[in-house]
Amino acid sequence: MREISYAQAINEALRENMRRNSRIILMGEDIGRYGGIFQVTAGLLDEFGPERVIDTPISESGFVGTCVGAAMTGLHPVAEVMFIDFTTCAMDMIVNQMAKMHYMSGGRGKVPFVLRTNIGAGRGAAAQHSQSFHSFFMHIPGLKVATPATPYDAKGLMNTALADENPVMFIEHKKLFITKGHVPEEAYAIPFGKADIKREGTDITIVATHALVQKSLNVAEEMSREGVEIEVLDPRTITPLDKEAILNSVKKTGKLITADEGCLTGGFGSEVAAIVAQEAFDYLEAPIMRVGSPDTPVPFSPPLEQFYIPDEGSIKDAVSRILAYQ
Amino acid sequence: MGLSKQKKLEMFGKMVKIRFFEERIVDLYARGLVPGLAHLYIGEEAVAVGACANLRDDDYITSTHRGHGHVIAKGGDVRSMMAELFGKTTGYCKGKGGSMHIADVNIGILGANGIAGGGLPIAVGAGLSAKYRKTDQVTICFFGDGASNNGTFHESLNLAAVHGLPVIFTCENNQYGISTAQKTHQTIKDVSVRSTAYDIPGVTVDGNDVMAVYEAINEAVQRARSGKGPSLVECKTYRWRGHHEGDPNLGERYRSREDIKPWIEKCPITRFEKLLLKEKVLTQAKIDGIKEAGKKEIDEAVEFANNSSFPKHEEIYQDVFQEEMGGSR
Repeated sequence: MREISYAQAINEALRENMRRNSRIILMGEDIGRYGGIFQVTAGLLDEFGPERVIDTPISESGFVGTCVGAAMTGLHPVAEVMFIDFTTCAMDMIVNQMAKMHYMSGGRGKVPFVLRTNIGAGRGAAAQHSQSFHSFFMHIPGLKVATPATPYDAKGLMNTALADENPVMFIEHKKLFITKGHVPEEAYAIPFGKADIKREGTDITIVATHALVQKSLNVAEEMSREGVEIEVLDPRTITPLDKEAILNSVKKTGKLITADEGCLTGGFGSEVAAIVAQEAFDYLEAPIMRVGSPDTPVPFSPPLEQFYIPDEGSIKDAVSRILAYQ
Repeated sequence: MGLSKQKKLEMFGKMVKIRFFEERIVDLYARGLVPGLAHLYIGEEAVAVGACANLRDDDYITSTHRGHGHVIAKGGDVRSMMAELFGKTTGYCKGKGGSMHIADVNIGILGANGIAGGGLPIAVGAGLSAKYRKTDQVTICFFGDGASNNGTFHESLNLAAVHGLPVIFTCENNQYGISTAQKTHQTIKDVSVRSTAYDIPGVTVDGNDVMAVYEAINEAVQRARSGKGPSLVECKTYRWRGHHEGDPNLGERYRSREDIKPWIEKCPITRFEKLLLKEKVLTQAKIDGIKEAGKKEIDEAVEFANNSSFPKHEEIYQDVFQEEMGGSR
């Protein structure tokens, strides 16, 4: 099977859906001529023209709200917000309009709208271009939140997002854009709310998202040589969340580590830990460990930034602490 | 302006219906039958009616927290509105939205909105969508003088101007953002001057003169329908009641009875009534008939709302998502 990058996989999904469905338009800053800051929309302006691939002014609230209105009146817009940090400039439109419209109107208004953005530190871009607060959107009822970790998942989840009549936060990871993987040329859909067991194991469950999926797999391979079999579960969407798969895995292994790049406090891992503590308490054989970013803004200086980003070392540390527990 | 007699009568009937609807809410709120926040439109009826008289069913509006007038003017059903204000399942939003979130997309009402300035980008989206779909639908975007200081005002007018979208930004300048008078929240007197910043037409009209509103919006709607882009129309008016029911209305905190009195004398309904009598469009008997019919419709709406059921607890989980997967349980 051919290999393409995560960015190309999303590009391909957008392109194929736009060919099939004329309701789809793209809006965002520098997505047309420039192809998007991470080149995810490269070439789409040439194929679909400026009516469908719209370079916007620097107006996050304006163009995100425009997408809400366009979605309510028959289109299926896809917005690119250049960094998740910039979604704060559009937060009313996301939280109060996009997410709540369907409910507030008793189901009369629908908002089929995909908002693409990205998380992740590691590019020396400091605190306002690097944060990973995707779990914030889990806290907003009415939003679906997709978190692709591989090129294969990115294309399949985007296909599903564009077939869904609900608002979707499609949260990419900027360090994954250039990673390559097998992606079928044909269209396929990955259902929302269906976790993927990226590696089976019997001893410890790691529920991992985004870049920490691969890092967890790396640790799992290493630990396997020491006779510890780690199961790596990628939820792929954090809303809806495949609680059943998480609980089943923990019931099998009796041990849980969460690995997510958000700050630890109030993050995705905390939610998963709470679910497991509440619904699978009797199966737990060790304390739950959370791997995540420290509760600080993302620092600039390279040694500090590298220290900030959770990596294989952080995961191994959590594994040893679990194994040390008797 | 050659408006037919029938059209003028319809407009008068809608203004009366809005007034009666709102006056009834005053009473129902005081008696505890309408919970929450009810922001009343009394005194501003000419704006909604004069503006929406230019629209077709398939045109759009975005409304505000003070939205009852817009919804009635656009053709909303008062029974569904009243039931919504009571929080009943037969309401427009099944009791989930209340006064500030009434929407009826089938007749282009894209929702009242609890966020000041929240509707502006949504109106731009409706305009973008109409242009993209190559229809000649237009969108009237209602907002207040207060919202004209919100960032969304700038972002929306700029976006609509850049793309030449069929949106009529309609500022209801009722001179207050809650308690903050216009002169203390902006240095300009006319919000319409801000149109210059986007190189689009801007005009200020007497918002208590329904025909003046109609004509100004008519010109803007024609521009929009023919692909010439957005306009900003400011309608100067006044809110008679408090910001919402329960707000210390006669306002010793921020305005006096003397401030309000001249505006009550400039009542937009009395003014239109006098004009229609003078033009012999109406007779006193006809006026009485229209008012009687309006009262009866509101009576029936209240009865309908009263007789309707409250939602059951399990309904809380419905409508979070389109396929009703529900919230987390």
